[in-house]
Amino acid sequence: MSHGSHGSGKSYAPEFVAALKEAGFDFFAGVPCSLLKGLVSLLDADPSARYISATREDSAIGMAFGAWLGGRLPMVLMQNSGLGVSVNALASLSTMYEVPALLVISWRGEGGNDAPEHIMMGEIMLPILDLMKIQHRVLRAAEPMGPQVQWAKDVMLSTRQPAALIVPAGVLE
Amino acid sequence: MNKLEALKVFTAAVGKDDLVVCCNGMIGRELYTTQDRPSNFYMIGSMGLGLSIGLGLALAQPRKRIFVLDGDGNVLMGMNALASVGSERPANLVHVVLDNRSHASTGGQRTISGDVKLESVASAVGYRATHRADSVESFEASLRVALVQPGPVMVLALVDGGTVKGIGRVAETPQELASRFAAEARR
Repeated sequence: MSHGSHGSGKSYAPEFVAALKEAGFDFFAGVPCSLLKGLVSLLDADPSARYISATREDSAIGMAFGAWLGGRLPMVLMQNSGLGVSVNALASLSTMYEVPALLVISWRGEGGNDAPEHIMMGEIMLPILDLMKIQHRVLRAAEPMGPQVQWAKDVMLSTRQPAALIVPAGVLE
Repeated sequence: MNKLEALKVFTAAVGKDDLVVCCNGMIGRELYTTQDRPSNFYMIGSMGLGLSIGLGLALAQPRKRIFVLDGDGNVLMGMNALASVGSERPANLVHVVLDNRSHASTGGQRTISGDVKLESVASAVGYRATHRADSVESFEASLRVALVQPGPVMVLALVDGGTVKGIGRVAETPQELASRFAAEARR
């Protein structure tokens, strides 16, 4: 591990995937991050999830957009570097058309402790989401996952806007 | 052929239950002027993402035929999405590219599609069939064949550059465009 793994070393990914399915999420796409390793491998190994390994994060947002129009409840996962790639897609696609998606975004560079390429994005990620008026919550280990996923789904359905769950180290690895 | 001639051929090939995702720029306004229908989705920003949207839709609605109406500038900007289409291989996706070798919406500046055979890229990444047409007749014939082939199929039509007079703007709000399209897509 190039970055410190916090907590007990337990992955909450199985609980998180169960919560996603319980809430009815049925379209999954994204670009991986080491902090999301557990989540990606569970989705990828699950034939019913049909996880799409996208090439770019904005493309995954486009796919999720089309899936929502077609009646699905979509989730997109990415490293926070991908949020930079996705700003225009979120600004002129998801938020403008009022087509929601659940964004699961890892928090590289949290607290300024990470490889240099992650420090700036780690610092500006939440302000970027705030500027785009995208509601977000941070997933913490040892908190139940179900209510967090349900909160995101409620935001999506009631505001017709994307909602973000932010994933620090040691939660979904 | 000019773009309006191409769009007449395209709209004639689209069936009543088919869904169309149209890329941003002049093409959307030209399609809207030629034949607007609730089953057309007009992407008005986010250049390059039309094909990604069409792919997500094709996977969500496998029993419907999905057309993505694209331009060369959009395809080049979102070329990575061709690889995703080639990997997922949705049989119900028809990717139509009107190639005028220019960015019509911003004043006709050149793109590099004259140097890059986009249908060869599509073929290389796993599209099941590709076609290139340079006249009204060959575009009609290519679409006819494409509609009986399993997708993903690309039909690239070479069209003249320049803009056509009398092209309106999309009147509906973005929210209206998305909700009326979703109602059709989920039928």
